[in-house]
Amino acid sequence: MHELSVTESILDIVCRHATDAGAQRVKRIHLVIGDLASIVDDSVQFYFDFLSEDTCARGAELVFERIPTRLACRTCGHGWLPDTGDWTCPRCGAVGAQVVAGKEFYVDSIEVE
Amino acid sequence: MSTRHVPVVERIFRANEGVAAEVRALCRQHQVALVNIMASPGAGKTTFLLATAHRLADRVRIGVIEGDVASSVDSDRVRAEGFPAVQINTGGGCHLDARQVRGALDELDLDALDLILVENVGNLVCPVGFDLGETLRIALSSVPEGWDKPIKYPAIFERVDAVVLNKIDLLPYLPFDEPQFRRLVAGLNPHAPILSVSSTDGSGMDEWTTWLGDQLPK
Repeated sequence: MHELSVTESILDIVCRHATDAGAQRVKRIHLVIGDLASIVDDSVQFYFDFLSEDTCARGAELVFERIPTRLACRTCGHGWLPDTGDWTCPRCGAVGAQVVAGKEFYVDSIEVE
Repeated sequence: MSTRHVPVVERIFRANEGVAAEVRALCRQHQVALVNIMASPGAGKTTFLLATAHRLADRVRIGVIEGDVASSVDSDRVRAEGFPAVQINTGGGCHLDARQVRGALDELDLDALDLILVENVGNLVCPVGFDLGETLRIALSSVPEGWDKPIKYPAIFERVDAVVLNKIDLLPYLPFDEPQFRRLVAGLNPHAPILSVSSTDGSGMDEWTTWLGDQLPK
Protein backbone atom coordinates (compact mmCIF):
# COMPACT_ATOMS: atom_id res chain seq x y z
CA MET A 1 0.00 0.00 0.00
CA HIS A 2 2.95 2.37 0.34
CA GLU A 3 3.72 2.34 -3.36
CA LEU A 4 3.07 6.09 -3.63
CA SER A 5 5.94 7.11 -1.34
CA VAL A 6 8.11 4.35 -2.76
CA THR A 7 7.48 5.55 -6.32
CA GLU A 8 8.49 9.08 -5.30
CA SER A 9 11.79 7.67 -4.03
CA ILE A 10 12.32 5.75 -7.27
CA LEU A 11 11.72 8.91 -9.28
CA ASP A 12 14.17 10.91 -7.09
CA ILE A 13 16.88 8.31 -7.60
CA VAL A 14 16.28 8.03 -11.35
CA CYS A 15 16.22 11.77 -12.02
CA ARG A 16 19.36 12.35 -9.94
CA HIS A 17 21.32 9.68 -11.84
CA ALA A 18 19.95 10.86 -15.20
CA THR A 19 21.08 14.43 -14.48
CA ASP A 20 24.52 13.21 -13.35
CA ALA A 21 24.83 11.31 -16.62
CA GLY A 22 23.89 14.42 -18.61
CA ALA A 23 20.84 12.68 -20.07
CA GLN A 24 17.89 14.43 -21.69
CA ARG A 25 15.39 11.67 -21.23
CA VAL A 26 15.01 8.37 -19.39
CA LYS A 27 13.65 5.58 -21.59
CA ARG A 28 13.71 2.55 -19.34
CA ILE A 29 14.16 1.89 -15.61
CA HIS A 30 15.28 -1.50 -14.32
CA LEU A 31 14.03 -2.29 -10.83
CA VAL A 32 14.90 -5.31 -8.72
CA ILE A 33 12.21 -6.28 -6.22
CA GLY A 34 12.34 -9.25 -3.86
CA ASP A 35 9.07 -10.99 -3.07
CA LEU A 36 9.52 -10.18 0.64
CA ALA A 37 9.61 -6.45 -0.13
CA SER A 38 5.78 -6.34 -0.31
CA ILE A 39 5.67 -4.17 -3.41
CA VAL A 40 3.11 -4.58 -6.20
CA ASP A 41 4.42 -3.92 -9.73
CA ASP A 42 1.15 -2.64 -11.20
CA SER A 43 0.71 -0.21 -8.38
CA VAL A 44 4.21 1.25 -8.81
CA GLN A 45 3.58 1.61 -12.56
CA PHE A 46 0.26 3.36 -11.87
CA TYR A 47 1.80 5.95 -9.56
CA PHE A 48 4.84 6.31 -11.77
CA ASP A 49 2.81 7.29 -14.85
CA PHE A 50 1.14 9.97 -12.79
CA LEU A 51 4.17 11.29 -10.84
CA SER A 52 6.63 11.34 -13.74
CA GLU A 53 4.48 13.69 -15.90
CA ASP A 54 6.73 16.75 -15.53
CA THR A 55 10.07 15.00 -15.16
CA CYS A 56 12.77 13.68 -17.49
CA ALA A 57 11.43 10.18 -16.81
CA ARG A 58 8.05 10.91 -18.35
CA GLY A 59 6.81 7.94 -20.35
CA ALA A 60 9.70 5.73 -19.25
CA GLU A 61 9.10 2.01 -19.20
CA LEU A 62 9.50 0.26 -15.85
CA VAL A 63 11.09 -3.17 -16.07
CA PHE A 64 10.61 -5.29 -12.95
CA GLU A 65 12.94 -8.11 -12.10
CA ARG A 66 11.25 -10.13 -9.34
CA ILE A 67 13.47 -12.12 -7.00
CA PRO A 68 11.68 -15.08 -5.41
CA THR A 69 12.18 -15.73 -1.70
CA ARG A 70 14.99 -18.25 -1.28
CA LEU A 71 15.67 -19.90 2.05
CA ALA A 72 18.39 -22.02 3.59
CA CYS A 73 17.74 -24.40 6.49
CA ARG A 74 19.84 -23.47 9.53
CA THR A 75 20.04 -27.14 10.51
CA CYS A 76 20.84 -29.11 7.36
CA GLY A 77 21.71 -26.31 4.93
CA HIS A 78 19.08 -27.33 2.39
CA GLY A 79 18.06 -24.46 0.06
CA TRP A 80 14.52 -24.07 -1.26
CA LEU A 81 11.88 -21.63 -2.51
CA PRO A 82 8.93 -21.53 -0.08
CA ASP A 83 5.43 -21.21 -1.50
CA THR A 84 3.82 -20.13 1.79
CA GLY A 85 4.95 -18.56 5.05
CA ASP A 86 5.47 -22.01 6.57
CA TRP A 87 9.25 -22.09 6.56
CA THR A 88 9.69 -25.63 7.85
CA CYS A 89 12.56 -27.31 6.01
CA PRO A 90 11.06 -29.72 3.42
CA ARG A 91 14.08 -32.01 3.73
CA CYS A 92 14.81 -32.39 7.46
CA GLY A 93 11.65 -30.88 9.00
CA ALA A 94 13.62 -28.39 11.14
CA VAL A 95 12.20 -24.95 11.84
CA GLY A 96 14.47 -21.94 11.52
CA ALA A 97 15.31 -20.83 8.02
CA GLN A 98 17.58 -18.08 6.85
CA VAL A 99 16.60 -15.69 4.06
CA VAL A 100 19.12 -15.99 1.23
CA ALA A 101 17.21 -13.83 -1.26
CA GLY A 102 13.90 -12.00 -1.53
CA LYS A 103 14.49 -8.75 0.38
CA GLU A 104 16.03 -6.85 -2.56
CA PHE A 105 14.55 -3.53 -3.46
CA TYR A 106 16.66 -1.22 -5.60
CA VAL A 107 17.02 0.67 -8.86
CA ASP A 108 19.47 -1.43 -10.82
CA SER A 109 20.06 0.74 -13.88
CA ILE A 110 18.48 3.21 -16.27
CA GLU A 111 18.55 3.57 -20.04
CA VAL A 112 18.84 7.18 -21.10
CA GLU A 113 19.34 9.31 -24.17
CA MET B 1 19.90 9.92 -30.34
CA SER B 2 21.68 6.85 -29.01
CA THR B 3 20.54 5.09 -25.86
CA ARG B 4 23.00 4.66 -23.01
CA HIS B 5 22.84 2.28 -20.12
CA VAL B 6 23.61 3.92 -16.74
CA PRO B 7 24.23 1.61 -13.78
CA VAL B 8 22.52 2.88 -10.60
CA VAL B 9 22.26 0.12 -7.97
CA GLU B 10 20.72 2.32 -5.31
CA ARG B 11 18.41 1.04 -2.58
CA ILE B 12 14.99 2.64 -2.83
CA PHE B 13 14.68 2.94 0.95
CA ARG B 14 18.02 4.76 1.19
CA ALA B 15 16.52 8.18 1.96
CA ASN B 16 14.51 6.68 4.83
CA GLU B 17 17.53 4.75 6.07
CA GLY B 18 19.54 7.98 6.21
CA VAL B 19 16.98 9.63 8.51
CA ALA B 20 16.71 6.41 10.54
CA ALA B 21 20.46 6.63 11.17
CA GLU B 22 19.93 10.18 12.47
CA VAL B 23 17.19 8.96 14.82
CA ARG B 24 19.47 6.19 16.04
CA ALA B 25 22.33 8.63 16.72
CA LEU B 26 20.02 11.03 18.55
CA CYS B 27 18.65 8.25 20.76
CA ARG B 28 22.16 7.03 21.53
CA GLN B 29 23.26 10.55 22.42
CA HIS B 30 20.36 10.95 24.87
CA GLN B 31 20.59 7.34 26.07
CA VAL B 32 17.00 6.58 25.22
CA ALA B 33 15.74 3.34 23.68
CA LEU B 34 13.13 3.40 20.91
CA VAL B 35 10.81 0.41 20.57
CA ASN B 36 8.78 0.01 17.36
CA ILE B 37 5.58 -1.96 18.04
CA MET B 38 3.95 -3.32 14.88
CA ALA B 39 0.62 -5.15 14.68
CA SER B 40 -2.74 -5.35 12.91
CA PRO B 41 -5.52 -2.94 13.78
CA GLY B 42 -7.30 -4.33 16.83
CA ALA B 43 -4.41 -6.46 18.11
CA GLY B 44 -4.48 -4.37 21.28
CA LYS B 45 -1.41 -2.21 20.69
CA THR B 46 -2.46 0.77 22.82
CA THR B 47 -3.68 -1.35 25.74
CA PHE B 48 -0.51 -3.44 25.56
CA LEU B 49 1.68 -0.36 25.38
CA LEU B 50 -0.04 1.21 28.40
CA ALA B 51 0.11 -2.02 30.42
CA THR B 52 3.84 -2.17 29.62
CA ALA B 53 4.39 1.49 30.54
CA HIS B 54 2.60 1.16 33.90
CA ARG B 55 4.64 -1.92 34.83
CA LEU B 56 7.95 -0.21 34.06
CA ALA B 57 7.06 3.28 35.31
CA ASP B 58 8.68 2.87 38.75
CA ARG B 59 12.13 2.31 37.23
CA VAL B 60 12.02 3.63 33.63
CA ARG B 61 10.94 7.06 32.34
CA ILE B 62 8.62 6.43 29.41
CA GLY B 63 7.35 8.47 26.46
CA VAL B 64 5.07 7.40 23.65
CA ILE B 65 4.77 8.10 19.92
CA GLU B 66 1.40 7.16 18.44
CA GLY B 67 1.00 6.56 14.71
CA ASP B 68 -2.47 6.51 13.20
CA VAL B 69 -4.02 7.40 9.89
CA ALA B 70 -6.19 9.99 11.67
CA SER B 71 -7.31 11.25 15.11
CA SER B 72 -5.61 11.75 18.47
CA VAL B 73 -7.71 9.12 20.28
CA ASP B 74 -4.65 7.05 21.20
CA SER B 75 -2.31 9.84 22.31
CA ASP B 76 -5.13 11.42 24.37
CA ARG B 77 -5.58 8.09 26.13
CA VAL B 78 -1.84 7.73 26.79
CA ARG B 79 -1.55 11.29 28.17
CA ALA B 80 -4.61 10.73 30.35
CA GLU B 81 -2.73 7.84 31.96
CA GLY B 82 0.21 10.09 32.76
CA PHE B 83 2.76 9.53 30.00
CA PRO B 84 4.06 12.18 27.57
CA ALA B 85 2.79 11.35 24.08
CA VAL B 86 3.13 12.68 20.54
CA GLN B 87 0.57 11.84 17.89
CA ILE B 88 1.61 11.34 14.27
CA ASN B 89 -1.26 11.36 11.79
CA THR B 90 -0.14 9.80 8.53
CA GLY B 91 -3.16 11.14 6.62
CA GLY B 92 -3.78 7.86 4.79
CA GLY B 93 -0.19 6.61 4.95
CA CYS B 94 -0.05 2.93 5.84
CA HIS B 95 3.11 3.01 7.97
CA LEU B 96 5.36 5.34 9.96
CA ASP B 97 8.64 6.40 8.42
CA ALA B 98 11.85 7.69 9.95
CA ARG B 99 11.17 11.31 9.02
CA GLN B 100 7.91 11.33 10.99
CA VAL B 101 9.60 9.81 14.03
CA ARG B 102 12.49 12.29 13.74
CA GLY B 103 9.93 15.11 13.88
CA ALA B 104 8.14 13.58 16.86
CA LEU B 105 11.41 13.34 18.82
CA ASP B 106 11.64 17.14 18.75
CA GLU B 107 8.40 17.28 20.73
CA LEU B 108 9.66 15.05 23.53
CA ASP B 109 12.18 15.94 26.24
CA LEU B 110 14.69 13.21 25.42
CA ASP B 111 16.86 13.89 28.47
CA ALA B 112 13.86 13.17 30.69
CA LEU B 113 13.20 9.75 29.07
CA ASP B 114 14.78 6.28 29.07
CA LEU B 115 12.35 4.54 26.76
CA ILE B 116 10.06 5.61 23.92
CA LEU B 117 7.35 3.19 22.86
CA VAL B 118 6.29 3.75 19.24
CA GLU B 119 2.92 2.44 18.19
CA ASN B 120 3.08 1.98 14.42
CA VAL B 121 0.05 2.23 12.12
CA GLY B 122 -2.08 -0.92 12.41
CA ASN B 123 -0.89 -3.00 9.45
CA LEU B 124 1.05 -6.26 9.11
CA VAL B 125 2.62 -5.43 5.74
CA CYS B 126 3.86 -1.88 5.19
CA PRO B 127 5.55 -0.90 8.48
CA VAL B 128 8.05 -3.73 8.06
CA GLY B 129 9.92 -2.06 5.18
CA PHE B 130 10.58 1.20 6.99
CA ASP B 131 13.42 1.45 9.47
CA LEU B 132 12.48 4.07 12.10
CA GLY B 133 15.90 4.11 13.75
CA GLU B 134 14.48 1.95 16.50
CA THR B 135 16.46 0.02 19.10
CA LEU B 136 14.03 -2.90 19.07
CA ARG B 137 11.26 -4.09 16.76
CA ILE B 138 8.33 -5.99 18.23
CA ALA B 139 5.54 -7.83 16.38
CA LEU B 140 2.36 -8.00 18.43
CA SER B 141 -0.09 -10.67 17.33
CA SER B 142 -3.32 -11.55 19.09
CA VAL B 143 -5.36 -14.69 19.66
CA PRO B 144 -8.53 -13.55 17.79
CA GLU B 145 -6.46 -12.95 14.62
CA GLY B 146 -5.78 -16.68 14.33
CA TRP B 147 -2.67 -18.85 14.55
CA ASP B 148 -2.00 -18.67 10.80
CA LYS B 149 -0.80 -15.04 10.61
CA PRO B 150 2.89 -16.07 10.28
CA ILE B 151 2.03 -18.07 7.14
CA LYS B 152 0.22 -15.15 5.57
CA TYR B 153 2.56 -12.33 6.64
CA PRO B 154 6.01 -13.88 6.99
CA ALA B 155 8.04 -10.69 6.52
CA ILE B 156 6.97 -9.02 9.76
CA PHE B 157 7.69 -12.09 11.90
CA GLU B 158 11.02 -12.58 10.23
CA ARG B 159 12.31 -9.08 10.96
CA VAL B 160 11.59 -8.48 14.64
CA ASP B 161 13.52 -8.88 17.88
CA ALA B 162 10.57 -10.43 19.73
CA VAL B 163 7.04 -11.63 19.02
CA VAL B 164 4.35 -10.98 21.62
CA LEU B 165 1.12 -12.97 21.50
CA ASN B 166 -1.60 -10.85 23.12
CA LYS B 167 -5.11 -11.66 24.46
CA ILE B 168 -4.22 -15.13 25.72
CA ASP B 169 -7.11 -14.78 28.19
CA LEU B 170 -9.28 -15.60 25.12
CA LEU B 171 -7.55 -18.94 24.41
CA PRO B 172 -10.32 -21.02 26.08
CA TYR B 173 -12.92 -19.50 23.76
CA LEU B 174 -11.22 -19.53 20.38
CA PRO B 175 -9.70 -22.24 18.17
CA PHE B 176 -6.17 -20.82 18.36
CA ASP B 177 -3.42 -23.41 17.94
CA GLU B 178 -0.64 -21.90 20.07
CA PRO B 179 1.97 -24.67 19.50
CA GLN B 180 1.46 -24.31 15.76
CA PHE B 181 1.77 -20.50 15.99
CA ARG B 182 5.01 -20.89 17.95
CA ARG B 183 6.38 -23.43 15.49
CA LEU B 184 5.68 -21.11 12.53
CA VAL B 185 7.26 -18.09 14.21
CA ALA B 186 10.32 -20.13 15.21
CA GLY B 187 10.63 -21.23 11.58
CA LEU B 188 10.69 -17.63 10.39
CA ASN B 189 12.78 -16.23 13.19
CA PRO B 190 14.52 -18.75 15.47
CA HIS B 191 16.22 -16.01 17.53
CA ALA B 192 13.11 -14.07 18.56
CA PRO B 193 11.56 -14.94 21.92
CA ILE B 194 7.79 -15.50 21.76
CA LEU B 195 6.08 -14.02 24.81
CA SER B 196 2.43 -14.84 25.52
CA VAL B 197 0.53 -12.14 27.40
CA SER B 198 -2.83 -10.73 28.27
CA SER B 199 -2.63 -6.94 28.58
CA THR B 200 -6.00 -6.90 30.34
CA ASP B 201 -5.58 -9.60 33.02
CA GLY B 202 -1.81 -9.16 33.25
CA SER B 203 -0.74 -12.75 32.50
CA GLY B 204 2.75 -12.96 31.07
CA MET B 205 3.30 -9.21 31.39
CA ASP B 206 6.02 -9.63 34.03
CA GLU B 207 8.03 -11.94 31.76
CA TRP B 208 7.61 -9.50 28.87
CA THR B 209 8.61 -6.40 30.84
CA THR B 210 11.57 -8.26 32.37
CA TRP B 211 12.74 -9.20 28.88
CA LEU B 212 12.24 -5.64 27.65
CA GLY B 213 14.02 -4.16 30.69
CA ASP B 214 17.00 -6.45 30.03
CA GLN B 215 17.34 -5.10 26.47
CA LEU B 216 17.53 -1.45 27.54
CA PRO B 217 20.88 0.31 27.73
CA LYS B 218 22.12 0.20 31.31
